[in-house]
Amino acid sequence: MDNLIPVLVGLPLAGAAVLLLGGRRLDRFGHWLGVLASTASFGVGLALFFDMLSRSTAQRPAFDHLFTWVPVEGFQAQIGFQLDQLSVVFVLLITGVGSLIHLYSVGYMAHDERRRRFFGYLNLFLAAMLLLVLADNYLLLYVGWEGVGLASYLLIGFWQHKPSAATAAKKAFLVNRVGDIGLSIAIMLMFSTFGTFAFGPVFGAAHTASQGTLTGIGLMLLLAACGKSAQVPLQSWLGDAMEGPTPVSALIHAATMVTAGVYLITRSSAIFNLAPTAQLATVCVGAVTLLFGAIVGCAKDDIKKALAGSTMSQIGYMVMAAGLGPIGYVFAIMHLVTHGFFKAGLFLGAGSVMHGMNDEVDMRKYGGLRSYMPLTFVTFGLGYLAIIGFPGLSGFFSKDKIIEAAFAHGGTEGWILGCAALVGAAVTAFYMTRVMLMTFFGEKRWQPDAEGHEPHPHESPKTMGIPMVVLSIGSVGAGALFAWNSSFVNWLTPVTGHEEGHSPLSSWTVSGVTFAVIALGVLVSWLMYGRQPVPATPPVGSLLTRAARRDLLQDDFNHVVLVGGGTHLTRFLVYLDAKGFDGVVNGIAAAVGGTSGRMRKLQNGYVRSYALSMFGGALVLVATTLLMRAV
Amino acid sequence: MSAPIAVHSLWTVAASSTTQTIPTPHIEYAQLSPMLVVFGAAALGILAEAFLPRRNRYWAQVGIAMAGLIGAFVAIVVLAAKGYAGANAHLAAMGAVAVDGPSLFLQGTIALVAIVAVLGFAERHLEPRSSTGAPVDAFAPQAATVPGSDAEKSAARSGFATTEVFPLTMFAVGGMLLFPAASDLLTMFVALEVFSLPLYLLCALARRRRLLSQEAAVKYFLLGAFSSAFFLFGLALIYGYAGTVSLGGIADVVSGTATPTPALANTTANDALLLIGLAMLGVGLLFKVGAVPFHAWTPDVYQGAPTPVTGFMAAATKVAAFGALLRLLYAAFPGVTWDWRPVLWGVAILTMVVGAIIAVTQTDVKRLLAYSSIAHAGFILTGVIAMNKAGVSAVLFYLGAYSFVTLGAFAVVTLVRDAGGEATHLSRWAGLGRRSPLVAATFALFLLAFAGIPLTSGFAGKFAVFQAAASSGATPLVIVGVLSSAVAAFFYIRVIVLMFFSDPRPDGPTVAVPSAFTATAIALGVLVTLGLGILPQYFLHLADQASVFVR
Repeated sequence: MDNLIPVLVGLPLAGAAVLLLGGRRLDRFGHWLGVLASTASFGVGLALFFDMLSRSTAQRPAFDHLFTWVPVEGFQAQIGFQLDQLSVVFVLLITGVGSLIHLYSVGYMAHDERRRRFFGYLNLFLAAMLLLVLADNYLLLYVGWEGVGLASYLLIGFWQHKPSAATAAKKAFLVNRVGDIGLSIAIMLMFSTFGTFAFGPVFGAAHTASQGTLTGIGLMLLLAACGKSAQVPLQSWLGDAMEGPTPVSALIHAATMVTAGVYLITRSSAIFNLAPTAQLATVCVGAVTLLFGAIVGCAKDDIKKALAGSTMSQIGYMVMAAGLGPIGYVFAIMHLVTHGFFKAGLFLGAGSVMHGMNDEVDMRKYGGLRSYMPLTFVTFGLGYLAIIGFPGLSGFFSKDKIIEAAFAHGGTEGWILGCAALVGAAVTAFYMTRVMLMTFFGEKRWQPDAEGHEPHPHESPKTMGIPMVVLSIGSVGAGALFAWNSSFVNWLTPVTGHEEGHSPLSSWTVSGVTFAVIALGVLVSWLMYGRQPVPATPPVGSLLTRAARRDLLQDDFNHVVLVGGGTHLTRFLVYLDAKGFDGVVNGIAAAVGGTSGRMRKLQNGYVRSYALSMFGGALVLVATTLLMRAV
Repeated sequence: MSAPIAVHSLWTVAASSTTQTIPTPHIEYAQLSPMLVVFGAAALGILAEAFLPRRNRYWAQVGIAMAGLIGAFVAIVVLAAKGYAGANAHLAAMGAVAVDGPSLFLQGTIALVAIVAVLGFAERHLEPRSSTGAPVDAFAPQAATVPGSDAEKSAARSGFATTEVFPLTMFAVGGMLLFPAASDLLTMFVALEVFSLPLYLLCALARRRRLLSQEAAVKYFLLGAFSSAFFLFGLALIYGYAGTVSLGGIADVVSGTATPTPALANTTANDALLLIGLAMLGVGLLFKVGAVPFHAWTPDVYQGAPTPVTGFMAAATKVAAFGALLRLLYAAFPGVTWDWRPVLWGVAILTMVVGAIIAVTQTDVKRLLAYSSIAHAGFILTGVIAMNKAGVSAVLFYLGAYSFVTLGAFAVVTLVRDAGGEATHLSRWAGLGRRSPLVAATFALFLLAFAGIPLTSGFAGKFAVFQAAASSGATPLVIVGVLSSAVAAFFYIRVIVLMFFSDPRPDGPTVAVPSAFTATAIALGVLVTLGLGILPQYFLHLADQASVFVR
């Protein structure tokens, strides 16, 4: 069975290769090939999962070593896979949700003439993401990490004819590069400290490293996680990434790619556990981001951008939980999986709404859609209830556990984190209710567009409907399933470790308070958007609202500090380069060229000169050989 | 009676013993079969040339040559599978031919190179057809005619073809198979001549620019004869010193483990014979590999020879000659390493630096590749100097990698043509990437492999030889090697820039559509280049297993 692990990666990779190299003759059925590759990979994942279930806990992790790329003494670039309890969760999430989104895209991209290419990129993305979570060493993980970055660049910029999409793709790529530098530095630090990249040996030897090194590695890994998971300060790309087709937003920017950072931190738990400073930084990043994303989500009128803010915020919860150490890892992953279901469902619902509304994204131009799109309304509604943490649905189980773990962190820190998480939950309830109310309730507010086409809201085709239904089932039931008998905790504990924290508040208190603040959020939202009509043009709003509409000035900050500073730095470097280094480099080049020109003259074409040179050479050779004996 | 003397060291194993009486010659035909098959095919080719009607000769010759080469390759693989590359390695034919790992690895490489080269020789789609409608190849219609004479024109009109190139090639290949396997100096010398003489002829056979081609052949012949004289003189001196021409016997005398006799005591009293002889043998072999200062023939001959022959020569000769050099130094003269190593250091540094620097100002693509081959000879020498097992395997790997890149690159050169034949001036290649992206991309891949960019075979090869050299303490040599590689990268990349980032010339050359022969040759080149670059491990391992000399 273990030999099947590379097949998981191989299937979508082969799919991508066939779709991208196959050319136009695949246009007619290429998308189904993509769906097939993805679902087949899911099937293999399921088989491996059941195989793993049938084994005892100690026997569960499986390894498959394919080959070693250019082994040099000490430097071993292993192409090896590891499928343990943690990676199998990701495999099922990636391929499962991924397959649903593939299916959805068949309908969503039906009228796009580059659909085959789109599916090629989707498959490429799956392959890279699977490689990331299946690698048994950091070097191979890095390959997957970069592959994910590449695939997301291609997908965000898929409608490259739109300058905004092209810019968004570039922005995502560049911001991600900053995080990638962190990962590469972390890997180099690991190699210089431990002399290996493999997970097992690195984690086994972690306690031998100095505190400073571990903190350094931890902070660099955190930087990497911030890049991929859109955490403050590298969060700015996520909102713009909504320029990609909606399935991309669902797959990459909700269910999978942004979870890579959480995976990285959880996988490296052995390092973080020994580096309290890095853990502190992680919880701070998580807490700040969960509030940041939630506030941004409140102010956006673009349905996808509101959901993007929410994604940022929910990932913030996960990163915070992962930063809490053994009391949080399991819940970070649990929230990750439930979030994968309901956020993908929400995005697909948003896509369905846009599909019916001539690609309109402004919620102020929706309203009252529940009667036009009943299926979308129900599935979206279930996702909504799940994300705000309505008792009994998925989000309730996973988010409450994180809030509880935050309090259990202990001391003042615990109180601060716990309260931040509670505020986040309230704000989440507020903005999600706002999205719900503005889209599906109230008066219809849509207008004919510039050419006079009135939108005709309608339900989407089956290929889009089925994935939405399946995901909404996951949104409803996954949490309860995981919480039942602590099955999820028991499953992951062998990999990540787990400790029950000592919360100053009882579990029931936390649940009660959480429910109260959620209800408050919903109520405020209803008072603002449900009871009174939503104006079609946005009101001016408070200073905070205006800042939040501009993503809390993140781009302005980046522009002034990074772009401005960077421009001055490059100007200086260009000056230095032109005046200093170029002189040296050009001098060397001129010297080589001049020498070459002079030496060429020796090659005069006369065989007698050649013979003479050979004779001279032979004399020198004989003489030096004799000389070597003499000295 | 025998006097077994076992001198074990890292890279040699003692095998058969010297004997005092004259025994009945005993020839192990099966173990010599690779060479016998090729020589047999060559002889058969001569017969075909003599007895078959002209119109049937081409296909017959191509068939005989391919059959012979494939047969030889199969024989080599069978021998290797029977363990002759490892445990069963021994000296065949009365100690004249070594059947061991390096022999079989290099013979296998040479056979494969020759197969690809013969594919290039057989190409008849590139030249315009003769007036009779017969397709013609890259070789002179009738070699004996004076260039520009009426006789030549009438031969060209009649669509004659010099199908003798195939048997000539087979003789050359036979000699090359023997050269790295030769286990005594006389056999080595005979092999040297057997493969050199057909090459001199082949160089003179270009269809276009015949004067240049003939000039190249004469230069090659004169200088080759000159270098052979050095080799032969060195051989005589060594025989005078050691009283034997067998490599193992020489090694015993040099290291002092041979049975002392009065004659030996007399000759070995003075090492001058040994050292001068060794240096002169070195001159002969360094000439063949094209090392500075014995490189002067390379650019002129590479430019003048018909391009398929150039590719064959550049690849196969280098493999054979480096094989012989390795065997000579590792099997016969490990005892005087400290004498020859510093000298070879100097030669390697000179070769890398001079090759790379002169190439910078070349304007002809064939001359550019010639200087590049000189620089590569220097890189390979760094592996030879390592004097350890890793050095041998690195050199074996490098030779395999380099020869396929070279074959592929020269095969691409044959495709870029204008009215005057191949357009070899670099300025004519400007903008080729826009006009023929596939051909330009293929050539770019070969150039990147020459430059040693990762994921191509060139990187793996360079890495292996430099690593071996560094582990033997030759770090300065590696530094010079890396710096030369940097200089060399300049002129390789310059061609890529020229092809892809310059505007095409309106009167630029066209890219001819080759037959399946050349297309296969180029495809094999690409395949090996990428294969050895992406998965070098298997082949490095193979080379590693094949790196023990028998003596």
